[in-house]
Amino acid sequence: MIALLGSCQHLPEDYESITLKGSDTEVNVALALAEYYMADETTVSIAVTGGGSGAGIAALINGKTDIANSSRPIKKEELDLASARSIAPVPFIFAVDALAFIVHQDMEVDSLTLDQIAQLFSGKIANWRELGGPDNAVSLYGRQSNSGTFVYLRDSILKTEYAAHHKQMNGNAQIVEALKSDRAGIGYVGVGYILKEGGGVIAGIKTIKVKSDPASTAVSPVEQSAIANGAYPVVRPLFQYTNGMPDGKLLEFIEFGLSPKGQQIITENGYYPIFQAHKQHNEQLLNQYYEAQESH
Amino acid sequence: MKLRKAIDQLMQGVFLSAGLTAVVFLLGIFGMLLFNGAKTFKEVSLAEFFGSSNWNPSAYGEPSFGILSMLVSTLMVTAGAMLIAIPLGIGTAAYLSEVASPKVRNWLKPTIELLAGVPSVAVGFIGIVLVAPAIAKVFGLSNGLNALNGAILLAVMALPTIITVAEDSMRAVPKQFREASYALGANGWTTLVRVVLPASFSGIIAAIILGIGRAIGETMTVLMATGNATAMPNGFFDPVRTLTATIAIELGEVAYGTNHYYSLFGLGAVLFVISLLVNLLAEKLASKFRYKL
Repeated sequence: MIALLGSCQHLPEDYESITLKGSDTEVNVALALAEYYMADETTVSIAVTGGGSGAGIAALINGKTDIANSSRPIKKEELDLASARSIAPVPFIFAVDALAFIVHQDMEVDSLTLDQIAQLFSGKIANWRELGGPDNAVSLYGRQSNSGTFVYLRDSILKTEYAAHHKQMNGNAQIVEALKSDRAGIGYVGVGYILKEGGGVIAGIKTIKVKSDPASTAVSPVEQSAIANGAYPVVRPLFQYTNGMPDGKLLEFIEFGLSPKGQQIITENGYYPIFQAHKQHNEQLLNQYYEAQESH
Repeated sequence: MKLRKAIDQLMQGVFLSAGLTAVVFLLGIFGMLLFNGAKTFKEVSLAEFFGSSNWNPSAYGEPSFGILSMLVSTLMVTAGAMLIAIPLGIGTAAYLSEVASPKVRNWLKPTIELLAGVPSVAVGFIGIVLVAPAIAKVFGLSNGLNALNGAILLAVMALPTIITVAEDSMRAVPKQFREASYALGANGWTTLVRVVLPASFSGIIAAIILGIGRAIGETMTVLMATGNATAMPNGFFDPVRTLTATIAIELGEVAYGTNHYYSLFGLGAVLFVISLLVNLLAEKLASKFRYKL
């Protein structure tokens, strides 16, 4: 206790702490960025927690976090609620995530079209036999409704409700673990969760190759080039929301994430660098800020 | 003399208010659950809330607020847990109280009580990595994240409560009762079944009720181990989503003041009423059998 008090006194006066909360998909990559940044900036302490994109945005609206990590855009109701509390969410796009569909390693089905994926998760295809697989009832694994991934897949691919018997798991890692033993299962996770450190897919699962339509070629999300050239269809931007334009160390940390070094760390963690359109979006936000600074 | 009386009165007041505090908290919690929960019914009909098994408040299309499948899930998992825990718990309690030597009892009982200290997250984790794969293997299922898994885990969690309370009440049966039974020529089994169990019946009921309370209110374990699918379960091999798990999953992201928010309070009120009913039933059963012997 005394040691604790003692160490507190030695903290520099400009010591700053930054909290990030939200998307479970972003936790690992945000943590990697934070660790790298803190190694150089000893006066900054960054805490990263998960809980789901919905929880992160709720925390931003309630003034309980500096950055809300979100794997989906903010909803209109959330924006209304934020403005009612004089919170102005600013969206930075700092990485791109590919959503991987995974099955047990012994599953015979290799590739699916987007339409088949939608039919699987909405319960219209209930047996693997219909897709040329084994005669087994499909066992669906997904995330809970506070997950941005859950919302993204439903709104962008399914465009209808999930099947009611779809199992709602606590996080990406739990889905991966479940698929290692469930021979009739299929689940969706951020591609960062199926890659081993140093490359390659983790053992026990198989990644489904996805086709946009029956005529196109099936692409695996593990191939870097397929993401960069837009061949893999289930790709989404990852957001970091701040309350108003960030300042000081908070801005520095966000800009670090967007820098070449930051983007390299993001790539090393199994995510993808932001596309040109995302870069323009961020630059626009930042330019507005710097112009406002100059005119002051 | 006067001072002593005044202190006496003061202390009475202190203890009375201490007793009342619990009642105030209870009424306060129930009032808040009812007050907020009732606002659900401005937009959702009672028939939909209790009669529909379609729960999807943050839906792609029209939101729906039917709690029936979750109510069934909660009752199913609890009933399953009790089917396992009651015979096992009462049996263990009878062994500890009537059969075990003091030496065995002295280490067995504290060990069982230690089980109550295992955090529910740890039990849930064991459910995911150990019990679920075992269930899948034994019953030839593709996975074991289902009601049976939840029931087994909850049974383990309710066991220490049931054993401790039941054993205490069996030990409280006066020695003379047993001696009288033996004197009439009854053996150990007859003494247990015809004398000790009836004499300690109210305590055993209390033990079972406390066990049910433990199982109904448990959140983390079922949240991790039962798959959380909102569909109406067709049996113990289907994934289920309990009332508690739903509140835990959704309260974190719900916007305050929305229909979804109020309906979660409605779920809380339903849980509260269930435990109230269980307790009232216990009270009635216990007093009915108290003087039978």
